[in-house]
Amino acid sequence: MLTPESLAQIDRELAKYPADQRRSATMSALRIAQVEHRWLTNELIEFVAGYIGIAPVAAYEVATFYNMFDRKPVGRHKLTVCTNLPCALSGGADAGKYLQQKLGIGYGETTADGRFTLMEGECMGACGYAPVMLLNNHSMCSHMTPDAIDKKLAELE
Amino acid sequence: MTVYVKGVVFEGVDFDDPNSWKLDAYVARGGYAALKKILQTGMTQDEIIAEMKASSLRGRGGAGFPTGLKWSFMPRNFPGQKYLVCNTDEGEPGTFKDLDIIVNNPHALIEGMIIGGFAMGITVGYNYIHGEVFEAYERFEAALEEARAAGFLGDNILGTDFCFQLHGHHGYGAYICGEETALLESLEGKKGQPRFKPPFPASFGLYGKPTTINNTETFASVPYIIREGGQKFLELGKPNNGGTKLFSISGHVNRPGNYEIPLGTPFSELLEMAGGMRGGKKLKAVIPGGSSAPVLPADIMMDCTMDYDSIAKAGSMLGSGAVIVMDETVCMVKALERLSYFYFEESCGQCTPCREGTGWLYRVVHRIEHGQGRPEDLDLLLSVGANIAGRTICALGDAAVMPVQGMLKHFRAEFEHHIEHKHCIVPGY
Repeated sequence: MLTPESLAQIDRELAKYPADQRRSATMSALRIAQVEHRWLTNELIEFVAGYIGIAPVAAYEVATFYNMFDRKPVGRHKLTVCTNLPCALSGGADAGKYLQQKLGIGYGETTADGRFTLMEGECMGACGYAPVMLLNNHSMCSHMTPDAIDKKLAELE
Repeated sequence: MTVYVKGVVFEGVDFDDPNSWKLDAYVARGGYAALKKILQTGMTQDEIIAEMKASSLRGRGGAGFPTGLKWSFMPRNFPGQKYLVCNTDEGEPGTFKDLDIIVNNPHALIEGMIIGGFAMGITVGYNYIHGEVFEAYERFEAALEEARAAGFLGDNILGTDFCFQLHGHHGYGAYICGEETALLESLEGKKGQPRFKPPFPASFGLYGKPTTINNTETFASVPYIIREGGQKFLELGKPNNGGTKLFSISGHVNRPGNYEIPLGTPFSELLEMAGGMRGGKKLKAVIPGGSSAPVLPADIMMDCTMDYDSIAKAGSMLGSGAVIVMDETVCMVKALERLSYFYFEESCGQCTPCREGTGWLYRVVHRIEHGQGRPEDLDLLLSVGANIAGRTICALGDAAVMPVQGMLKHFRAEFEHHIEHKHCIVPGY
């Protein structure tokens, strides 16, 4: 279910932990699987569990506890906007409203063409760069004014 | 965005140079000299811990526990594997200092951890990094590669028999993992639910082994203390509040950012450094130590100095040093509503008072904000809070209650107005 490149990445993560503590790599292995498939199906979670050598439920519990894992299909680009207080004081909530209007969807929804999913996020630890938007979980976009949002969205197919 | 003012963690870092984080640049500004000093002059574990104690460095993650004392708790002669863990799970609303440390000066953290490993006889360390700042995780991994290649990290460091392995580990979206035992559970590949204490991590930590956990900024302060001496670090701050500290300033200021300044600097000076109030508006209130810290009104805050003791005396806490500045346009009910939602959303669900109570707090503040508050709601909030605080395994419950108590202590009239008139005194955020 995963490419040799993804498996090699998981192997690199596994090497960080004691041989009898392979479970420690569950979070990064699920992350690597999610990057390849965009979201985690039960089959994918089971596959990762089998690869690490843990019970499927142990991987499932990680996939459901941490909120950056997607258990439902998401669009090609997942946009997560922080609306927590420090960001809101500097336009975070407004950035979220602007994105909702522009994309015509609410939080937790995906555009009909499957291009964007919009999520409301909690503190990302980047309040000084507010408003911030996390792109596909791994890329932090700073100072997301309406102009900056327009520009960023235009770059994304 | 970062503004370096005067401090030990960012000393010599050139924020305009994209290569300033790299090993060569770090060594050129005195990096790894502390590690060399230890390994080449035969500085002992006791001498290192004595310097740490003399520095009066207090944990920069929020609790402010003396680092030297914490290091002395580690059973140095324990016959088995022990672990050193860095907590970079920075998710307390308002805090963004550790992100800037890893991105701009990762080797200071790495050197600090290697020294910590040496001082406590630990050979393996992990740095747990907040999942949302994935680029910081990648930066840290790149810096580790550099340190290994240069012989500062790994087997036989600098040709001695001292070995220390260090790895990055990322989270994936859970505020609770900033709590140190939740972090350990998460590092073991489980749900991040805090453990009962005792036993404390010093005796039962990662994989059940003795473990010392410090914050990113704490470790990154260590090279300076060893290089220059604990006394010199102490003198940068004030007694019992040694050194300089990073303050993350967000909200209604002209220049949000990280300011590294001596502990004991007056808040008014810090506000000025941050460019003063945005749009020339009036300061209304400040949350001085991250979202969990009780809010302080402008007049009290303007009399405070930025250190653990002064902020505690004013009835709040310095916490992680996250200073959230709010001007006269902020509706305190709306501000509290957003914070209460955060704790409700992030409660791990393990303890009933927190799991249920944070939802109560949020729903009651929500209805006040939306014009459906009842006169008895303010006492209800305090009563629910009293039934959460001190009744949970970890401090998240308390952290959810303190903002509520702080708001009602200083801005009760605003909440009463909201209940009576069904709208804000002020226009909005």
